[in-house]
Amino acid sequence: MGATTDLGAALLAILPEIGLAVLATVVLALDLMWPESRRRNLSVVAGVGLLLLALVPLLVYPGSPATPEGLYWGGMVRHDVLSQLFKVMILVAAGLTSLMAVDAKGVGRKGEFYVVLIVSTLGMTLMSSAGDMIMAFLALETTSIPLYILAAFKRGDERSAESGLKYFLFGSFASAILLYGLSLLYGFTGQTSLYHIAQYLTSEAFANNPLPVLGTLVMVIVGFGFKISAVPFHFWTPDVYEGAPTPVTAFLSVASKAASFALLVRFLVAVFPSSLVIGTQEIQNFWVQLFSASALISMTLGNVVALAQRNIKRLLAYSSIAQAGYTLIGIAAIQSTSADGSAQAVAAVGFYMFMYVFTNILAFAVVILFSEATGSETIADLAGLSRRNPFLALMMTLALLSLAGVPPAAGFFGKFFLFQAAVQSGLTWLAIVGVLNAIVALYYYLVVIKVMYVDRSPDEDKPIAVSGAYTWVMGITGVAVLLIGTVAAQPIFEWAVRGAAALFAL
Amino acid sequence: MVPLWMFLAVAAGVFCIGAYGVLSRRNAVAILMGVELMLNAVNINLIAFWRYVEPLNMAGQAFAAFVFVIAAAEAAVGLAIIISVYRSRRSVIVEDVDMLKW
Repeated sequence: MGATTDLGAALLAILPEIGLAVLATVVLALDLMWPESRRRNLSVVAGVGLLLLALVPLLVYPGSPATPEGLYWGGMVRHDVLSQLFKVMILVAAGLTSLMAVDAKGVGRKGEFYVVLIVSTLGMTLMSSAGDMIMAFLALETTSIPLYILAAFKRGDERSAESGLKYFLFGSFASAILLYGLSLLYGFTGQTSLYHIAQYLTSEAFANNPLPVLGTLVMVIVGFGFKISAVPFHFWTPDVYEGAPTPVTAFLSVASKAASFALLVRFLVAVFPSSLVIGTQEIQNFWVQLFSASALISMTLGNVVALAQRNIKRLLAYSSIAQAGYTLIGIAAIQSTSADGSAQAVAAVGFYMFMYVFTNILAFAVVILFSEATGSETIADLAGLSRRNPFLALMMTLALLSLAGVPPAAGFFGKFFLFQAAVQSGLTWLAIVGVLNAIVALYYYLVVIKVMYVDRSPDEDKPIAVSGAYTWVMGITGVAVLLIGTVAAQPIFEWAVRGAAALFAL
Repeated sequence: MVPLWMFLAVAAGVFCIGAYGVLSRRNAVAILMGVELMLNAVNINLIAFWRYVEPLNMAGQAFAAFVFVIAAAEAAVGLAIIISVYRSRRSVIVEDVDMLKW
């Protein structure tokens, strides 16, 4: 499969990335020119700019006459519906994060915060469209290195510095292992394009010995497992989520995870497809087993440990480990015998991430407002929130119900599609474990809701003010969560199915 | 000519030394050095594979050049974070950095 050489189409295919680079420069320049009093507007410039850029993948859609689906830039970038879906959700997540960073202390008025955030977003959009190992690795690091900076962004805050250090040490170790795996893949095949490796792996050179390929696969999974915080590579997650500035935690938990799932799905389907058999070992069977086990343990561990949490950010961290577990059910369900079933599984992963972006941003918007107003992140201190600000309590309830998978919130359809894909692929046991876990999870989400609505607190007469940007963020995400949970579920799932079909139509 | 497996053996050795350093050292700077060793092992791999497997296609060399760049960026950011931790904690021993626990 050759890459398109038409320069105009190639430039259009990376238009969102070009826009991000321009936006980063603009924000940096405005930061220098504006006096201290106007820096607050940087958040609006970055946020609205990112949200507008989220429209670009929809306008310059893959398959349009100007930009046919396919490989661009010598095979580095793959322009297809799957990358479109993930680019939209990543850009929306980044835009909403910028908007809700505005009043966060030590973060919101600093131009460099938004610049680093935008550069990280640039890496994520490239991750979702990488068609080559070199591009995949570069995009992964363009995402991660700014995220290390963002986690450690509050320089005076010991917890932020510690969170950055932990994220950096674990992250660089995991990416070094991943990179070693990639270098071996290059050695086995002499190819760096994701779409050419598989056909070389099937050659006789391995003399029916699958061990080298399996070892490489494990190294790649270690690298990705770290990024999506799947057990057993999750131990950094609670510490980093708790210590990092809250807008960064929100961004880390949705955008970085979505981009990693996009790259993981593409990598597995392109490099280790179902047709790849070495000796008697079906390679796909091997990674499906690994991911089934990881999904099982991630869900269970995340939910059980979340039960014991007292800090709301740590609770959401363990919840995000559990959510990664649910999403991995979709990855395992790719093993379906029919191509249609595999596409459904990938689509379920895309849909889950799409709804997760809005749900988690909504939850973290409330956490930011609450902690900026009261200086506390403890769940017990949420007591009486419904009387201090009914809107905040309602939005938090909506987000938590969506995370728990209760209709009419978006999470219900997210889990429904994942479990459906699992049953269709013969992984009924995994779907049952998922349902049981959803019940456990419902308990600790309901505890938070109970604290907000039922528990009394001496501070009830101190209302919490909500400024304009936060009203917008919570309004957009709240409406989106309800829409995705009702009328928009079908169109978005069909969009994800088209994306998944593009992934398999090589 | 030196056979390919010798290069790969050296790379695997360097990689293991680096990984051992990451897992066993308590000083954050030493852990960073371990990670750098692992990245250099990757570079040996890439260049050796390029020379022996596919010498006409420059992808392997290009890959190695990008790994240099990433390693440099990672070291710069990592040292900055370590300095920031040292300023507040007066220590770069990872076991002393333990405010965040369940």
